Amino acid sequence: MELDPEDEDEKQESHFHIAVSCIAQSLKSHIINRSNDEIAICFFNTREKKNLQDLNGVYVFNVPQRECIDRPTARLIKDFDLIEESFIKDIGSQNGIVSDSRENSLYSALWVAQALLRKGSSKTADKRIFLFTNEDDPFGSMRISVKEDMTRTTLQRAKDAQDLGISIELLPLSHPDKQFDISLFYKDLIGLNGDELTEFMPSVGQKLEDMKDQLKKRVLAKRIAKRITFMICDGVSIELNGYALLRPATPGTITWLDSTTNLPIKVERSYVCADTGAIMQEPIQRIQPYMNRDVMFTAAELSELKKISTGHLRLLGFKPLSCLKDYHNMKPSTFLYPSDKEVIGSTRAFIALHRSMIQLGRFAVAFYGGTTPPRLVALVAQDEIESDGGQVEPPGMNMIYLPYANDIRDIEELHSKPGVAAPRASEDQLKKASALMRRLELKDFSVCQFANPALQRHYAMLQAIALDEDQLGETRDETLPDEGGMNRPGVVKAVEEFKESIYGDDSEEESDSGAKEKSRKRKAADAGDYDFVELAKTGKLKDLTVVELKTYLTANNLPLSGKKDALINRILAHVSK
Amino acid sequence: MARNREGLVLLVDIGPAMHSVLPDVEKTCSLLMQKKLIYNKFDEVGIVVFGTQETENELARDIGGYENIKVLRNIKVVDELVVDLVKRLPRGPVAGDFLDALIVGMDMLIKMYGAGQKGKKRLCLITNAACPTKDPFEGTKDEQVSTIAVKMAAEGIKMESIVMRADASGDVDERIIEENDHLLTLFSTNAIAKTVYVESPLSLLGSLKTRRVAPVTLFRGDLEINASMKIKVWVYKKVAEERLPTLKMYSDKAPPSDKFAKHEVKIDYDYKVTAETSEVLAPEERIKGFRYGPHVIPISPDEMETLKFKTEKGMKLLGFTDASNILRHYYMKDVNIVVPDPSKEKSVIAVSALAREMRQTNKVAIVRCVWRNGQGNVVVGVLTPNVSERDDTPDSFYFNVLPFAEDVREFPFPSFSRFPASLKPDEQQQAVADNLVKMLDLAPSPKEEVLKPELTPNPVLQRFYEYLELKSKSTDAALPPMNEAFKRIMEQDPELSSSNKSIMDSFSGSFEVKENPKLRKASKRLLRDKPSGSDDEDNRMITYNPNENSIDTVGDANPVQDFEAMISRRDGNDWTDKAISEMKKRIVKLVEDSSTTDEGDKALECLLSLRKCCVLEQEPKQFNEFLNHLYELCQEKKLSHFLEHFTSKKITMIPKSEAADSDVADEEAADFTLKQEPKLET
Repeated sequence: MELDPEDEDEKQESHFHIAVSCIAQSLKSHIINRSNDEIAICFFNTREKKNLQDLNGVYVFNVPQRECIDRPTARLIKDFDLIEESFIKDIGSQNGIVSDSRENSLYSALWVAQALLRKGSSKTADKRIFLFTNEDDPFGSMRISVKEDMTRTTLQRAKDAQDLGISIELLPLSHPDKQFDISLFYKDLIGLNGDELTEFMPSVGQKLEDMKDQLKKRVLAKRIAKRITFMICDGVSIELNGYALLRPATPGTITWLDSTTNLPIKVERSYVCADTGAIMQEPIQRIQPYMNRDVMFTAAELSELKKISTGHLRLLGFKPLSCLKDYHNMKPSTFLYPSDKEVIGSTRAFIALHRSMIQLGRFAVAFYGGTTPPRLVALVAQDEIESDGGQVEPPGMNMIYLPYANDIRDIEELHSKPGVAAPRASEDQLKKASALMRRLELKDFSVCQFANPALQRHYAMLQAIALDEDQLGETRDETLPDEGGMNRPGVVKAVEEFKESIYGDDSEEESDSGAKEKSRKRKAADAGDYDFVELAKTGKLKDLTVVELKTYLTANNLPLSGKKDALINRILAHVSK
Repeated sequence: MARNREGLVLLVDIGPAMHSVLPDVEKTCSLLMQKKLIYNKFDEVGIVVFGTQETENELARDIGGYENIKVLRNIKVVDELVVDLVKRLPRGPVAGDFLDALIVGMDMLIKMYGAGQKGKKRLCLITNAACPTKDPFEGTKDEQVSTIAVKMAAEGIKMESIVMRADASGDVDERIIEENDHLLTLFSTNAIAKTVYVESPLSLLGSLKTRRVAPVTLFRGDLEINASMKIKVWVYKKVAEERLPTLKMYSDKAPPSDKFAKHEVKIDYDYKVTAETSEVLAPEERIKGFRYGPHVIPISPDEMETLKFKTEKGMKLLGFTDASNILRHYYMKDVNIVVPDPSKEKSVIAVSALAREMRQTNKVAIVRCVWRNGQGNVVVGVLTPNVSERDDTPDSFYFNVLPFAEDVREFPFPSFSRFPASLKPDEQQQAVADNLVKMLDLAPSPKEEVLKPELTPNPVLQRFYEYLELKSKSTDAALPPMNEAFKRIMEQDPELSSSNKSIMDSFSGSFEVKENPKLRKASKRLLRDKPSGSDDEDNRMITYNPNENSIDTVGDANPVQDFEAMISRRDGNDWTDKAISEMKKRIVKLVEDSSTTDEGDKALECLLSLRKCCVLEQEPKQFNEFLNHLYELCQEKKLSHFLEHFTSKKITMIPKSEAADSDVADEEAADFTLKQEPKLET
């Protein structure tokens, strides 16, 4: 849950704009990324007031069909996008904290925010207040005694909120000529001291940027995908948790709607007997035609058949990492991390094996019964990798699902010509390839640095349609080759040299691709046996076989798909042209 | 032969040295035949065995020689007989000559198909290659083999040799084995031939590619280095999951008299706005909606079409990076292979240059791919070099899909170093673990690697086809138990663990694990069927020991004890069912053989035990159905004396009062015989 009390100061239009556009951007990512989060937007130092406590100078922004703090909706985002136009008229701003008045709008704002955040338990929800302001000394203009009093009550209010499990994050906006001085007041409010204080201001700019330019990416809560019992040897079975750290992200489930009313549709599936039209009840028997008979299986028999083991993970032994080939892969891996929750001693045994495997460069082969079909798996130990204080790779083991013999296809054999040596690159060609590879080295490449262009486009499309935007938000396809880099003279030269070493001076690539063309032409010649125009006129095309019809279609570069009727119609259409 | 049809000659060594593995050879071959019957019905198969007493082949008849080779079946389309044929291979008394057999097989293929059908003709040799081959009339063996191989290549015959290396017992002659291995490698250099050495029944089952799939390219086009340089490549799937065949749904609603009934089941989808209304929408009256916050936003197909991400077919190189940058677990999908267009020599060279240099410098290439025009998305993946060891195979790349930024879930995990010492291993424990990782070795040397994915069969598929075969013979055949060979992938190799027993013992001694005592009962779910520390651990141990394998079958001697031990095993969910089905089989056998009252009594004892356990395990249906079945069987076989026992001992079906799941009312239980009567007449 988040809350953004908004400071507004008439003189600083640009700051208001920065804050509002930052919030608008962040709402648009939020609705995709964490659409279950609840958000309220609240301005303070306003002319009008709108809040449950009826406090002056605080305005809670909202749209119909939505509670003050609720999941963001398209309507909220749409209206908030327009707020800069309507702000002066509907909400207005004034400095709430003036000397001689007892009003303290910052205090009121915190009170309103805390009241809004009362919804939901702090155990299950993460409650945060984001405070945007450009006033580093809110009580600066007051008389000293009043100032002390107000500072004290405001800090107490903030502390009360923090005691309730609400964290307050400050997003200060500096004046161009005068930096926001955090030490005047806010350091006490958000509880900064020592080093944190000096590091705080430089990080602010980044924070604002981060809020604005978030990648649209659905964020999922950390969840155990599988609980696994790992049997290492007799008497030692440890407890592991499996996590799905890598899974293809999809645009989300499709809800079918009635196209006239836009109401969701219920889909009812029924099984109908083709002979009698009777509705069949599940489970339905299955058949496999085999030796001119139908062999019948009941659903129970089939599930029994697939049950060949317990769902455990059973260690079989270890192999050097070189035995794990690049083609030994079926689907995304599962990350394993030990747990002592149910079996004490699991973590210790796991860490010991983990260390040994990394040190000896070996992976474990195990049998995992928890998938259908059960599979041999490779457990590859992964050491923790950290960078910039963040965890890049968590420590643990990755379970890689191995194919079975019949899942692997021998394509290489298909492309071998026995006794004929395959052409190989010469020393010179290898040297040119090496130069090319050095030129085309990707600096600082990291896996998953690319956003999925189709998914980003989908989210942009969804946003444009939901918010009635005229223009599609810009999505850049990061997966395209870097044009600028590719056109650098050094790169172009390296490619040219490699190309020349392979293809020779002849800039054209090989032209021995005639085979396909030739066969096409030959087929076309065969078609000459029939006078298709005549046949079409007399309606005798149907007397020809499909193969014969297709010769005409190939000769005229027409599509070959469809049933015979479709082929005839296509020929008729072509002839009559 | 039509396109995509194969002619295969199986050459099986049935000499004395092969007898011990022949049961597994039979299983492997029958699986091959079964899959042909389902997927490649028009394939043609011939079967030749060698090592027989008698000689029966065309070459022997025409030109003499070629002794001890018998053609069991001439090349013809697979049919019902072929499965039975390979299931009951004869056992031969003579050590056969595999070279002679190969020539016989080759001769059959050539006579049958002539020179056409290149690549669709296959020889499959199964032997232990431990018997001496005869010297040729002229020249050396090497020359003879090379001539055969060249002929094979010219005729477009592929060869696959599966060589058993199960037991290196004393009586094999190392010299002969070496010579034979050498001869087999000569085949691979001169023809499309590969030799697989298998050391266990498991890898024998996995050694034969039983499912023949015509390889289809996923993509043919350019691998763009940049706008000016392009390499012509083809992309295939290297790995694709073989699944169970799609079983059709079957409707039994049509009356039995209807001869033209198709017994098909259609699936109908109804779209309704609310569950109550009967009003049904047509499929085109629907529109897709996507969640946006709490609301669903409709997007029309037109909008979708105009706004969606558009792609253009092609493979574009993004650049190269160190192989260590791509961690192995980032591979997202099954694997593709990128091979140069075979008709473009220059492309073959270009791929070779890049692949070899990439391997040399330990680099990989990052590429962006769109396989088809109009594909909804792009794929970013990594090309890793696949430098060929064979001279006649072009170099290629493996392609693995990499994740996008959205696909990664950044869950933090505590780092191991921050754990308290009580959760971390001490030095001694670490040493024990090091030892285990070192010694429990599945690949002492590249040649001795076991459990290779390339040689590991899928246990579920294996079992399905065995079951299918049984069911095609009798509709109510029981599910066959798991093949013994599969123990090797489901459990540690007993040989390996017993030779490392001290290491395993010190591991279990050093790493004590215990259930968390603070855990509430309800959440102990995980532990319930956990074998370690449970009472059944001892039973389970027996099954590891190949000599005392009694508890997963119901034996002849003490069926009741075996059954009760088996059904009380708790190390798997399926033991109950397995025990019951085993017991049923045993009872049927006893009943069928019951010529004496003695055996009748035994059967009765078993039946009583089965009934007791079915009540305990709440499996009344299993028992009741079986009792009916048994009754019918007795009627059929006129085993009335056994039926008398039935009634005298008052064996009844399990009624509702004993097991809630039963659908037999209490009063019906006793007189099930009466109820069955009318059914028998139909």
